[in-house]
Amino acid sequence: MATDIIIHDKKDNVGVVVIEKITPKQDCACWIMEDDSSTNIQSVDEIPLGHKIAMVDLKEGDTILKYGHDIGKVVKSINKGEHVHVHNVKTKKW
Amino acid sequence: MEIPKSFLGYKRENGRAGTRNHVIILPVDDISNACAEAVANNIKGTIALPHSYGRLQFGADLELHFRTMIGTGCNPNVAAVIVIGIEPKWTKKIVDGIAKTGKPVEGFHIERTGDIGTTMKASKKAQEFVMWASEKQREECPLSDLWISVKCGESDTTSGLAANPTVGNLMDKLEPLGVHLCFGETSELTGAEQVCATRGATKEASEKFMKTWSSYNDFILKEATDDLSESQPTAGNIAGGLTTIEEKAFGNFQKIGNCKFIDVLEPAEEPTKGKGLYFMDTSSAAAECVTLQAAAGFNIHLFPTGQGNIVGNPIEPVIKLTANPLTVKGMGEHIDCDVSKILSREMNLSEAGDELIKTTLRVANGRLTCAEALGHKEFVMTKLYRSA
Repeated sequence: MATDIIIHDKKDNVGVVVIEKITPKQDCACWIMEDDSSTNIQSVDEIPLGHKIAMVDLKEGDTILKYGHDIGKVVKSINKGEHVHVHNVKTKKW
Repeated sequence: MEIPKSFLGYKRENGRAGTRNHVIILPVDDISNACAEAVANNIKGTIALPHSYGRLQFGADLELHFRTMIGTGCNPNVAAVIVIGIEPKWTKKIVDGIAKTGKPVEGFHIERTGDIGTTMKASKKAQEFVMWASEKQREECPLSDLWISVKCGESDTTSGLAANPTVGNLMDKLEPLGVHLCFGETSELTGAEQVCATRGATKEASEKFMKTWSSYNDFILKEATDDLSESQPTAGNIAGGLTTIEEKAFGNFQKIGNCKFIDVLEPAEEPTKGKGLYFMDTSSAAAECVTLQAAAGFNIHLFPTGQGNIVGNPIEPVIKLTANPLTVKGMGEHIDCDVSKILSREMNLSEAGDELIKTTLRVANGRLTCAEALGHKEFVMTKLYRSA
């Protein structure tokens, strides 16, 4: 089955869209690279290739995990299936 | 895949091997660019390396200038060098540094002679050098004569997912075969610096890395007027889905695979601890980074990109790879190795690594890179601070 979303690590709370785009309410097939397992998610937003989707509900102050590591903090709450990017996540550096 | 044990390169006087056979016209300073370009225009098959600096620099900044100039001339991809400067002293210093390799090098200074007289004298010597170099033949060289540098650019999330891990896979396969490897981009390891430090082969290497990174970060914190979110990630990175510097850093870091770095190099410093992976303190700006790595003696470069960086270098061939299918579709003339099938899971990482090894060897043997065919020759000196 085709993969719509790739997740680096089991601990990650975001996945990356790897098709040209996903549309709202699309049932997406996800592949977790770390252990070669699969999961599913229904999207809320339209999300383009390379952009991230929230795999769980996230609230302000939560840490985004990708590659199994901290890549920044949530600054505006995000629902599962929504687009995760500069409008709701910021760096913890600088 | 069985990895070939050799490639066809140009053997140099000092025992190194080149993947290219350039005769370069190297200006010592900004005001000698016109003369250097005139010589390169006169004598076919030579290449001028104009740049913006070389006057009134001092201290560590001047040392870096000389190290970059001399290192560029010493690179085994260069067969012979004409050095042209405004005055004799600094010109001679660079000539003497390059001469240690045993390759043909001659310096010319413009004061008291002028551009036209200097161009004539230097052109006669350049003609002699290029005709001599044209008889050099490629010979079988062991794979360990490859010094491979890496740097990514215009990254997006496909870089961290696939293109950078492909480079990491190549590193894992070639490191045991005795090649030299180099990664840099001090600022773009921010967020992954602690994890990167654990990849030092020795305690000294790890500590040296943390010292280098901390010094860079202190400088950023001192000079930054905002949180750098306009520059890191770049607008291109953000368009490609990268949100924070931390995310970019962990993607960047995939390029070294499971290798450990044996030493930390100053910008443009030649490695001296033998085969293996080195970290170099560099800017993350593409042309600056590649110029420093070439000046340290690296003879072939791997450049993974997401959104499509197009950089090249005058002496070190720059191989582009991408995993972004839109980049392949929209600007395929810049992409030497397409690994986008990783995303559709039609290709696994090991297969992609093998493809990149094949491409690297073809380029080492003489195939032009996309950047070479398109005329990309970005030679950009790193400047540490303002001149006196």
